[in-house]
Amino acid sequence: MANGQARRVSIANDPRVRAFLYQGLLAAALIGLAWLAWRNAVANMQARGVPIGFGFWDETAGFDVNQSLIPYSALSTYGRAFWVGLLNTLLVGAVSILLATPLGFAVGLARLAPNWMLSRLALVYVELTRNTPLLLQLFFWYNAVLKTLPSPRQSINVAGVFFLNNRGLYLPRPTFYHGAGLVGAALAFAAALAVALAFAGRRRQAKTGERSQDLWTAATLIVGLPTVAYFAVGRPIGLEFAQLSGFNLRGGMEIHPEFAALTFGLVTYTAGFIAEIVRAGVQAVPRGQSEAAAALGLHRPLALRLVVAPQALRLITPPLTSQYLNIVKNSSLAVFVGYPDLVLVFAGTVLNQTHAAMQVMAVTMAVYLAISLVVSFALNLFDARNALKER
Amino acid sequence: MTAVAYVRVAPGPILPPPLARRGAIGWLRANLFSSWPSTGVTLLLLAFCLWTLPDLIAWATTRAVWRAPDGALCRAHQDGACWAFVADKLDYFRYGSYPQSERWRVDVVEGVGAVLIVWLLWPRAPRRGFGAILFFVVYPIVGFVLLRGVPSLGLPLVDTQLWGGIFVSLLTALVGIVFSLPLGVLLALGRRSRLPIVRAASVVFIEGVRGVPFIAVLYMAENMLPLFLPPGWIPDRFIPPLVGAALFAAAYLAEEVRGGLQTLPRGQYEGAMALGLSYWRLMGLVILPQALTLVIPGLVNNFIGLFKDTTLVSSVGMVDFLAAIDNGLKDAVWSGPTLLATGYAFAALFYFVFCYAMSRYSAAIERRLAPGRRQ
Repeated sequence: MANGQARRVSIANDPRVRAFLYQGLLAAALIGLAWLAWRNAVANMQARGVPIGFGFWDETAGFDVNQSLIPYSALSTYGRAFWVGLLNTLLVGAVSILLATPLGFAVGLARLAPNWMLSRLALVYVELTRNTPLLLQLFFWYNAVLKTLPSPRQSINVAGVFFLNNRGLYLPRPTFYHGAGLVGAALAFAAALAVALAFAGRRRQAKTGERSQDLWTAATLIVGLPTVAYFAVGRPIGLEFAQLSGFNLRGGMEIHPEFAALTFGLVTYTAGFIAEIVRAGVQAVPRGQSEAAAALGLHRPLALRLVVAPQALRLITPPLTSQYLNIVKNSSLAVFVGYPDLVLVFAGTVLNQTHAAMQVMAVTMAVYLAISLVVSFALNLFDARNALKER
Repeated sequence: MTAVAYVRVAPGPILPPPLARRGAIGWLRANLFSSWPSTGVTLLLLAFCLWTLPDLIAWATTRAVWRAPDGALCRAHQDGACWAFVADKLDYFRYGSYPQSERWRVDVVEGVGAVLIVWLLWPRAPRRGFGAILFFVVYPIVGFVLLRGVPSLGLPLVDTQLWGGIFVSLLTALVGIVFSLPLGVLLALGRRSRLPIVRAASVVFIEGVRGVPFIAVLYMAENMLPLFLPPGWIPDRFIPPLVGAALFAAAYLAEEVRGGLQTLPRGQYEGAMALGLSYWRLMGLVILPQALTLVIPGLVNNFIGLFKDTTLVSSVGMVDFLAAIDNGLKDAVWSGPTLLATGYAFAALFYFVFCYAMSRYSAAIERRLAPGRRQ
């Protein structure tokens, strides 16, 4: 070496050599294992006559599903069945997230309410939902509640608008006639105008300190403009109600009991977790913050909205993200109630019919990973907007 | 001159707070009737409780059928639970179809497991290292020998087709812990490693598994594990779900352990390095004992999740506790309108007691380990 000193570390103890060696061994072991598994898999698949590629994608599926967002029949392809399952997963996930969030926030805030009765009941709800398996809750909703509803002839009838029976929930379906697009356009225009107003109001407040009073203007715009358009065009949107014909209800919008049970289960279960997240987030905001806000003269609702909520939200969003992902992942419990989601249709029926386990599982995993990435990314964006801005 | 005292020199008598502010009345006023809306909410909820609770309690106790030879009495009493059904099927719910004469083996495995878990989770227990070796190395072997049976030792073979009930739920959760904790620790260390290939492999595994649902992992284990084995090897029906559960739990435990590794002060690493400890001694003697103690609450919470998730193994044909109840509900001898609610209530009670106790334990440990109170 340059300073004449003998190299004291032997090669066997050189950290860089060791790092290289260990990683080489690990990589070799992993590659060897993968190669072995791949060779066995190919041999096994050939022995069982399983297709190796994705040729099955365009073959006729030959099975039917009971709920689909896109046209689908037994004559459709496996690829189409995949999309049916994926869309159903996304549908139940989105609806459950939309419903679980307000319920979870409500229960979480109820846990913090000064009223003892309210906070105790919220606690009972949280402990009950968090400490029993989701599957049990799902069975409860599906078998004990929805399946014991009366038959279609004895439907529970709410003012002739909603019907509830053991075949599902029936809502009025909006029907669109010629000119309905104009009402939609009016709504979009009003919304754009309201957003523009809000931006202008915020800029004015930043400049002059004057609080904007545009809320009523915006509300009038959003409600008024489409209403005017609706009557001007000649009432192009109507409602179609479900009606009893024979032994079943016809028409209207039908919500299947499988979908309803899965949604109820996911919503009530996840709301318990969201409630705990909300409670922890609000409690983590120091008392001094709301006291300081009160000292500045902000009344309580305003202090909550401007001071406490933004700080609590910063703590709430990361765990909330993982709850949203849990909803999407837990929607695979659809398998147990027969709701045709991605796992039931694709990783279940399609796999069993084609035996293409490798391809089907790889696609399924890739889809869930992609959903995870997209949801995380979206909420990270929201998070970054809320993050502390240090100057 | 006479002195006129305008200022009180002696303090007045200390009065108790007004009646309306103390004791039960004060508490009621502060917590239930502090304002008109609060009073309204209280009355509304009270009415709700009075409307539902007495009926529920009567359904579960006074109106319930406690003893009956078959479903006839339950069908006659439709306004009460049918606990006689649960009592009749209790053995099936606990052991599945495990042969009657061999059930002591299940009891022994469950009992030993419980003792070892208490040993490991009790923070002041002596010689926890020894307990860990027993739990993670000796126990799985003994458990396997006892449950499966080795004819040469006088233990007849019990086919896994006969396994079922609470025993299978506990087994799945235990296998999840016994195999996934060591694997999870390795993965956590791998993710914190400075070696890029080790880190990448750990990250891919952890994030890959955490991104997909448990059912998909079970389906994958069920369908793909047999494919990866050399032709002719057919694993026992129980192996794929258990492997799936262990791998699934390992990814979650790894993240939990990583959290513990990250909260440990740098000085601990630096001090151990200054003493000249090698990587494995540094981890094994200094870092992991502290980090694992720190994450006990998280590990217990994960275990609760895993225990609830074991209900999903019925999707690949294992008869866990919930599936055993579902099977029991189909028994024509007992079938009746009150059966479903009774079965689900029993299942809910079982899971609730189990999970609630564990969550209380985890919360207690968490308070003990809270930064303000740590010694």
